[in-house]
Amino acid sequence: MQPRHYYMLTFSGLLTLSVGSLFLGAQALTLSGLLNDPQKLQLLLISRLPRTLATLLTGASMAVAGVIMQLLVRNRFVEPGTTGTNEAAMLGLLAVTLLAPDWPIVLQMTIAALSALAGTLGFLHLSRRLPPQQPLLIPLVGLIYAGVLMSIATFFAYQFDLIQFIGVWMSGEFSGVLAGRYELLWLAGALSVLVYFAADQFTIAGLGQGLAISLGLRYGQIVALGVATVSMVSALVIVTVGALPFVGLVVPNVVSRLMGDNLRQSLPVVAGIGGGLVLVCDMLGRVLRSPYEIPAGTIFGIVGAVVFLSLLLGRRSHA
Amino acid sequence: MHDISLPAPPAYRGNSPHPLTNRHLWALALALVVACGVFLFWGGGWQSSYILQLRLVKLGGLLCVGASVGVATVLFQTLTNNRILTPAIMGFDALFLLMKTVLVFFSTALSLQFWDNTTVFLGDTAMMIGATMAIFAAVLRRARHDIQLLVLVGVIFGLLFRTITGFLQRLLDPSEFAMLQADMFAQFGGIDRDALTIAATLMGALFIWLAGSHRRLDVLALGRNSAQSLGLRYDRLQLQVLAAIAVLVSVSTALVGPLAFLGLLVSALTHSLMRSHRHGLLLPAAALIACLILVTGQTLFERILNLQSSLAVVIEFCGGLLFLTLLARGKIK
Amino acid sequence: MIDVSHLSYVIADHQILNDITTQLPRNQITALIGPNGAGKSTLLGAIARQLTPSVGEVRIGGENLTQIDPQVLAKRMAIVAQQLHVGSRIRVADLVGFGRWPHSQGRLSAADNAAISDALKRFDLTALHHRFLDELSGGQRQRAFLAMAYTQDTDWLLLDEPLNNLDLKHARSLMAHLRQMVDHGGKSVVVVLHDLNFTLAWADHVVAMRAGQVVFSGPTTEVATSIALSDLYQTEIEVTSLNDRRFALYHR
Repeated sequence: MQPRHYYMLTFSGLLTLSVGSLFLGAQALTLSGLLNDPQKLQLLLISRLPRTLATLLTGASMAVAGVIMQLLVRNRFVEPGTTGTNEAAMLGLLAVTLLAPDWPIVLQMTIAALSALAGTLGFLHLSRRLPPQQPLLIPLVGLIYAGVLMSIATFFAYQFDLIQFIGVWMSGEFSGVLAGRYELLWLAGALSVLVYFAADQFTIAGLGQGLAISLGLRYGQIVALGVATVSMVSALVIVTVGALPFVGLVVPNVVSRLMGDNLRQSLPVVAGIGGGLVLVCDMLGRVLRSPYEIPAGTIFGIVGAVVFLSLLLGRRSHA
Repeated sequence: MHDISLPAPPAYRGNSPHPLTNRHLWALALALVVACGVFLFWGGGWQSSYILQLRLVKLGGLLCVGASVGVATVLFQTLTNNRILTPAIMGFDALFLLMKTVLVFFSTALSLQFWDNTTVFLGDTAMMIGATMAIFAAVLRRARHDIQLLVLVGVIFGLLFRTITGFLQRLLDPSEFAMLQADMFAQFGGIDRDALTIAATLMGALFIWLAGSHRRLDVLALGRNSAQSLGLRYDRLQLQVLAAIAVLVSVSTALVGPLAFLGLLVSALTHSLMRSHRHGLLLPAAALIACLILVTGQTLFERILNLQSSLAVVIEFCGGLLFLTLLARGKIK
Repeated sequence: MIDVSHLSYVIADHQILNDITTQLPRNQITALIGPNGAGKSTLLGAIARQLTPSVGEVRIGGENLTQIDPQVLAKRMAIVAQQLHVGSRIRVADLVGFGRWPHSQGRLSAADNAAISDALKRFDLTALHHRFLDELSGGQRQRAFLAMAYTQDTDWLLLDEPLNNLDLKHARSLMAHLRQMVDHGGKSVVVVLHDLNFTLAWADHVVAMRAGQVVFSGPTTEVATSIALSDLYQTEIEVTSLNDRRFALYHR
């Protein structure tokens, strides 16, 4: 298939899902109701539409963050959730919650993003010391690194009785999304678009530092841009809806299988499939045990782990 | 050519000393006895038989958990022939929590409320052994030759188990959920006396088996090909060891909850102290070291620092940090 | 001309390069030769600014390397490294296309596409152009990277053991391409070579290294003698000629 076929498929899939998501929920919503009842229109504008948009933005930007991380580390098996980025962001949030709880959300966000930045740089530093011939060591180290950061967070959360906050940040959930409470996510979406303009640079960086330098790229700048983007996106997502593990891992891997790693071509599909999959999980979470909801993060955790395992175990026969 | 005269190597005097003659083991045992004494009697209050009894149960719990984590880790590392894996990293305790959740999930159908604690515990353990075997047979056996793949698959399985557990818990009634909550975080506070008795019995039986077969474990550690050509029934022993690990993980997880990196800490310390591959030495040393860490740590946290934080969190931190340091120094390949 | 003066490179107490001063002539094929661990790849990397030397400097056409803007430098010098470990799934044509990056910043013109197509043809990759790199053999992948560097169309081309994975036919055709680029395209080539016979057959200039130092350098016909080479490799090597071509005999 040509790239444009993938674009068309992704786009039409997203459109169908989004419309479905608008009309799916505890309160029934129909097209005729929408036209006749102003209250229903309110429901659409205040709850359903923001929720659908938030889900799409989160999924898309997490998938993009994942692909950037993979190119920078030059390893298929990393994403912000396995490199300590999320945990570091949580540490920053925890510090703000403890020390300056009345700061405006934008400032809290900034602290979280800076902390995520430090955590990600720490991981990059660690990963550069590992032998490149053992690609699976990197995600393993990342998971343990994340575990160490997490234990620091848990320690302080325990001391100051903030464990329930960690629980909220850890599980991505869209049921609380209303108009006025998700708009930060547009920033994450904007960052993903920004990444698209530097798509070629990231692709080249993914081919290695030496090659990037030989082609006249300022490698350090690309890494800085990538790490900053990934940290910001992760912090934004954690602050607004909570961490969504596996999105950044699974989606880029699947897309890479289908159409390779030339970001200029594949990035729109990565973002589209990321948004679509998260939306599917959120919709499943709405219907599986209605009127209760199951967090999208939980459902994606299960789906993502199964897909990832099959990628891992399937890799052997491929190689 | 340089002519260097080397000192004559020491003569071979046999290499199978009896564990009871090992100085390190005696020193560890002595240190543990002292630590237990401090735990029981430090800071007064032990004159009250109620408090003393409370502390005794807690101490029993710590010792059981320490011994099972230490032994399980050494066994697991022997089985997988490497020094960086622990059952917890590979998602064993997450599996136990999943099995427990599954059992509770179907509790109404199984009329679980009429079961006594012993039966529930044995039921959990039996399911744990079954699930371990099934997963090993289905997946891990295939990945066995590629250690890194094995680890990553295990880690992902752990995440998967945890997520499914969380998913199932969302589907539970609040009353059912209460049955589980205590097991979800590592806690040394509320150890159940009944559970302790069963755990101790199970472990006693297991340790008797280990005492009889530790020499075969030495051969198992050589790897499949060598072990088989030496006449060991490799596959059978492998499954037995796996079952033993499943039991030990069930014991420690049921008593205090998941402990991811304690095993890592213990195994690193054990190997650097004992410098031996003999399981007759390694197993007791690992058990003693783990107990020592837990008892001293708990004394420190509970009596001296008065910290609320669970000891488990700090052990996680230290274990993970040690692992990363070893990796960064290139000690682990 | 590339001027290397008093270049040293130390990593973790190991002196990889020790006060190297040498000149690489323009419009020639220069071969870097020497035993394993001599520092040939490190020298090449330092010249291509892949690593920062501890002491010393490199000048290209009289300009200090560190003073040149990376984008400008990328139009003057390309390097193909020895380790071509690639994690990404990139198509051959896309990779070769990245060779035009310094010129077009990703917006390929018709001329760029013609250059890419020419490089694919030259390196025998036309039939493979739609394949992913990870689906290629070692030699094919090597050729893809060579084609990329070729497409970069730089004055200087630095190659680290380019013959490593290539079969006889492609090794010979690569050297012939280089020869042609030098003789008719006005290019200059620096290449790390392990095969002495290829060195004698194709290189105009030789820089011989051992233990981080230059042992000898100069025009191939003058300096690559039996005595010098035997000393360099610490093994018996006889340089002889047959039909006006020079050979190194060291096989037995």
